[in-house]
Amino acid sequence: MLDILGYAAFFLTTALTYGLICLGLNIQWGMTGLFNVGVAGFVAIGAYVSALLTAQPTAGRFGGPELPILLGWLAGAAAAGLAAALVGAVTLRLRADYLAITTFGIAVTIQLVALNAQHLTGGPFGIAFIPRPFAGLASQPALFDGAHLLLTAAVLLAVFWAIERLARSPWGRVLRAIREDEAAAASLGKSPRLYRLQAFTLGGAVMGLAGAMQAHFIGFIAPDNYVSSLTFLVWAMLVVGGSGNNKGAVLGAVLVWGLWSASGYLAGLLLPPDLQARGAALQIVGIGLMLALILLLRPRGVLGEQKVVSRHIGPADEA
Amino acid sequence: MNLQYIADGLLLGATIGLGAIGLTLTYSILRFANFTQGDLMSWGAYLTLTLAGAIGGALSGEVLPLGPFSFGWPILLAGLIAMGLTGLLALLLDQLLFRRLRRHGSAIVMVIASFGASMALRSLLEFIYTPQPLYFTQNLQIARRLGVGIRLTPDQLAMLGLTAILVVALHLLLTRSHIGRAMRAAAENPALAEITGIDVAQVVRITWLIGGALASAAGVMIGLTVQIRPYMGFDLLLPLFAAAILGGIGSIPGAIVGGLVVGLAESLGVLVVGAEYRAAISFAVLILLLLFRPTGLFGSRD
Repeated sequence: MLDILGYAAFFLTTALTYGLICLGLNIQWGMTGLFNVGVAGFVAIGAYVSALLTAQPTAGRFGGPELPILLGWLAGAAAAGLAAALVGAVTLRLRADYLAITTFGIAVTIQLVALNAQHLTGGPFGIAFIPRPFAGLASQPALFDGAHLLLTAAVLLAVFWAIERLARSPWGRVLRAIREDEAAAASLGKSPRLYRLQAFTLGGAVMGLAGAMQAHFIGFIAPDNYVSSLTFLVWAMLVVGGSGNNKGAVLGAVLVWGLWSASGYLAGLLLPPDLQARGAALQIVGIGLMLALILLLRPRGVLGEQKVVSRHIGPADEA
Repeated sequence: MNLQYIADGLLLGATIGLGAIGLTLTYSILRFANFTQGDLMSWGAYLTLTLAGAIGGALSGEVLPLGPFSFGWPILLAGLIAMGLTGLLALLLDQLLFRRLRRHGSAIVMVIASFGASMALRSLLEFIYTPQPLYFTQNLQIARRLGVGIRLTPDQLAMLGLTAILVVALHLLLTRSHIGRAMRAAAENPALAEITGIDVAQVVRITWLIGGALASAAGVMIGLTVQIRPYMGFDLLLPLFAAAILGGIGSIPGAIVGGLVVGLAESLGVLVVGAEYRAAISFAVLILLLLFRPTGLFGSRD
């Protein structure tokens, strides 16, 4: 019983960290219409920066200042946000799909650095012994996982609340105005480029925070975690849940992660050992098909975009 | 300074250019960045391998390699059939996915769809063939001296020749034939093209067929000179985009020149940053390009 609860807590913790990444992507795509194909890269920056700042010094690698975990998380988020700001500064003035191509490139480059800059990132072996919050509870797995879940849920709620506030603020309305009709927003004196840059930076920072938290819960990171299939999974989550809807982003993360885990479990149960490795490939094909079907049949996702207007006017009528 | 690096860079660049032509065509006519282009290259290579195996099996005899090359005629024939099949695969993808999204979606939704389709296509290859690298032949080729310090294998020379033939043929098609003019008109202004009686849907179909066929040819070339892996095309996607943007979206000669520049930059850049960062070099080219000349060398449209 305790095992099952522990697993449920572990599953939900993972799903909610994905939910956090989805929230970040939702700021960029759902609210602002910016297409980011480099999600994995920004998550990786958060994970690596936080891990390096908090881990113990290791021979042959950039020494650890052993900062507190919370500082590591904040630094991870800040670094990912900074990276997003740099990418955005170069590409946001250009046509939309150049941003897609550039973010794809930045993710590839970050993965290369993680893989090859041995002295900084530990190379292909990654970084182990990343300090974990609640390390004192490690002897009681169920309690340990439960504490992680509570912490993740708390951070997710805080970020969720902040983003909802932002979406309802004048700032959020300008973002949507730019997304819907750039010329009209510009004619009202709003600089599309500046607002986009802010949204892109904020989204990147949230992804970095999620990456940092994930790294500290698992205690180990390696370059293989941050490949294009991570970006793909996060996009599937947001599209399934409903772009533009923060609840949808979290719901999509839980749903898709549930499907992903269940299909992985089934594959492990049903497939003979020599086909196991192929099962993972088939899982990705399945998620890809699901993404395509959702885009074709129900492009608004499960929940659809939430209509948001100023709180002084009250909730909008469903159109 | 060793001329061999330049020769290697040009070889790689020719392949990148060939793949980038398909990308630049779909980009200019369908107006979206197609992330499946790299995976179509991989599919072309695997289809050729499977077909060549089937042809070899049907003959049940040893097929001698052609002249100085490492491959026999079954691979050439299989490569031709695979070009058609990969074109059809691209067309199928359009009919099932992109065409429906084009009707009511924005261009960026098509980019999302193509990103998902790319992942699925690649994983399907991984499922069917496993990630283990495969080879067209086990024959080893001796590189020949071409003077001035350059050595190339006969296969590599054949690749350069084949690329040149394909590019010239395509250029003639686009500039001299009716469908070529229709394609350029649709790229310039689809609504106006439609009004003048051009069957834009037909143009779109031809574009996918050509783009897929060229991707397949490029994939086979990489398969012949390097190896065949499910990720072989996806790993080239960044160089492909860099080449297409460098040459100016929609320009065929531009895509080839862009491919050669990116190939040279990779080959020479490796000397500076080390082979492990090869994939980042085309990204650096791309960033410089977007900073200083986002319309590319030959492009006019933003």
